[in-house]
Amino acid sequence: MSTNAQLAAGPARGRQPAGAASARRGRPNSSQARIGVAFSSGYTLFLIVFGVLPTLYAIYLAFTKANAFAGLDNFVKVFSDYRFLPAVGHVALYVAVWVASLIVLVVVLAVIVHGIRVRWLSTSARFIFYIPGALAGASSVMLWLFVLDPSVSPVSFLLTALGNDSFVDTVQVDQLPFVLAIIAFWTGAGGWIVIMYGALNNISHDVMEAARIDGAGPIKTAWYIQIPLLRKWISYMAILSLAAGTQLFVEPRVLSVASKGVVPPDYSLNQLAFLYAFKQNDFNGSAAISLVLLVVALGLSVIFVFRGGLFERD
Amino acid sequence: MSATSPDLIGPSRVTPSRWLGRGVAGLIVISFVLFFVVPIVWLLLAPTKDGRQLLLDNPFSVGGWNQLAENWASLVGYQDGLIWTWLANSAFYSLAALVITLLISIPAGYAMALTEFRGRRLLLVATLVVMLIPSTALVLPIFLELSAVKLIGSPLSVILPYSFFPFGVYLTYIYFSTTVPRDLLDAARIDGAGELRVFGQVAMPLATPVIALVGFFSFVGNWNNYFLPYVMVPGRKAPVQVGLAELLSNVPQFNPTNAASTTISLPTLALATIVSVAPVLLIFLFSQRFLVTGMTAGGTKE
Repeated sequence: MSTNAQLAAGPARGRQPAGAASARRGRPNSSQARIGVAFSSGYTLFLIVFGVLPTLYAIYLAFTKANAFAGLDNFVKVFSDYRFLPAVGHVALYVAVWVASLIVLVVVLAVIVHGIRVRWLSTSARFIFYIPGALAGASSVMLWLFVLDPSVSPVSFLLTALGNDSFVDTVQVDQLPFVLAIIAFWTGAGGWIVIMYGALNNISHDVMEAARIDGAGPIKTAWYIQIPLLRKWISYMAILSLAAGTQLFVEPRVLSVASKGVVPPDYSLNQLAFLYAFKQNDFNGSAAISLVLLVVALGLSVIFVFRGGLFERD
Repeated sequence: MSATSPDLIGPSRVTPSRWLGRGVAGLIVISFVLFFVVPIVWLLLAPTKDGRQLLLDNPFSVGGWNQLAENWASLVGYQDGLIWTWLANSAFYSLAALVITLLISIPAGYAMALTEFRGRRLLLVATLVVMLIPSTALVLPIFLELSAVKLIGSPLSVILPYSFFPFGVYLTYIYFSTTVPRDLLDAARIDGAGELRVFGQVAMPLATPVIALVGFFSFVGNWNNYFLPYVMVPGRKAPVQVGLAELLSNVPQFNPTNAASTTISLPTLALATIVSVAPVLLIFLFSQRFLVTGMTAGGTKE
C-alpha cells in the first residue's frame, strides 16, 4: 500500500485504470453500468450543485444588473474601482514571493532531509516540518500575530534588527507580501517537503548508485539526477500554490482586524469581492471579481490537466 | 589533493569540502527546524503566563499552573462558554461532512475505477479539473447561490459544500484502480456474486486505508476552514476558527478603541488558539508515522 498511496495523492502515474481494459474487452455489461451510474450519482449531484451551478450563477450575476443583461458593465465597474489594481498588485507580489521561495526551499530541504542516513533524525525532521500544517486558517495567523509583534515575539531581536519596533511596523503594506509568504510557508511547506521526500524515495537505487560511482557528489546528484526527476512534482506544487495564492483571504483579513486597518480590509481580491457582497450589497460586482479569480484558477488547472502530461491516464 | 592518489578518489572518500558541505546542510536543516518549531513552543508556553509576564519575561520562560487555570477560566467564561458552542459547531460541521463525504466519495471512486458506464470519462476529467481549483475560489459563488435559495445561516450551508470533496473521489479512484485487481472482482462475479456484493464483500474490506486517508483530509481541511463558514454561518453558529478571529477583536492590545465589557488577554488568546486546533493536532500526533512517509501529503490543497 505504501508505495501506491504515496503517489496516490499526486500526479505522474502512468497506470491504466481498469476502465480502458474493459472497454477493449468490448462487452458492455449492463449490471455494471447500472451500478456505476448509481454509485457515482451522489457525487455527480454534488459536483453539479456545488461546482457547476455556482459557477453558472456567478456568470449570470456578473453579466446582469437587476436581472437585466448588462454586458461588461460590472467588469468595467470593478476594474475601474480605485481599490482593484492595488489588490491585483498585492496578490501578484505575494504569489511571486511565495511560490519562488516555496520551490527553492522545499526542494533544497527535501534533498537534504532525504540524504540524512540516520533514520530517526530524518523522520523527526520531516515530522517537525509537517506539524505546523495542523495550524491552518485563522489559527496560524493568530499565532503569527504574536510572532510578528516585537513586544511579545520569541524572535523580537530579529524584528527589531530589521527595524520593526511595533506590530504595526511589521505589517506595513510594503513588507506584507514577505510577511504573508512567511506565514504561508510556515503552514504549508512541510506537506510539500514530505511529498518531495516520498518522490525522491521512488528514484531507483541503481540510478543513484551509478551517479555515485561516476563520482558525482551530493550537489551534482541533486542537480542532474534528483531535481530533473522531481520536475513533475515541482510543477504540481507550483500550479496548486499559484492557484491557492491568488485566493488570499484569511491572512490579510485577520491581520487587518489586528492592525486596526494598517493592513487595509481590501488588501486582496477576495477581500474586495467580499466587501462588494457584504458591505456594498453589490452581488453583481462581487460575482464579477469572483469570476475573474475562478477563471484564473480554472485556467491553471486545465493547463495542468491537459497540457502538462501529468495525468497520463485513460 | 586528487591527482596524487587516484586510488582514494572513490565514492566513500570524505574530503574537507565534503565535510563543509555536510556542515552547511546541517546548518540549513537546523535553522529550518527552529523556524518551524519555535513559534509552536512559544505558543504552548504562553498560556502559562499572565499578560505582564508575556510582555516582560523571557519568551521561553514557563509560567505556572495557576496562571494556566486562570487563563482557562477566562476563556471558558467568555460570554458564558461561547468557546464550547464554537467547538461543538466545528465538530458538528466537520463530522457531518465527513460522513457524507465518505458515503458519496468512496462509491464514486469505486465506480470510476472499476466499472464502465456512460459519462465516466467526463466525470473523471471534471474531477481532476475541479480538485485543482482552490476551494476558496468557489466560496463566494456558492454563497451567492445559497443566498438565492435562502439557505444562509443554516448548518446545511456549511455541511453540504464541505461534503463536496473531489480530491477524495480522486484518491479513491486511484486507490481502487491501482490496488484492487479487476480479476478479483471478476472471480467473485463468476461465483455468482451480484454487483452490490462485489462492492460490499470484495472491494470494501480492501478499502480501509483509502477510507482513512479521505477521512483524514476531509476532517482536517474542514475543521480548519475559515472563509466558507465566515460568510455562511455568522454569530453563535460559527465554528471555532471563525470564533477565534472574533475573540481577536476583544483583545485590547490589538483593538484599544474597543473598550468592551469583556476583554481577552493575550495569554488567553494564545490558549484559545491551542484549543481551536487541538483536535487536528492530536490527529497529527497519532498519525505521525503515517504522515511522514509522504502518503498523506498530497492534501496540502487550500
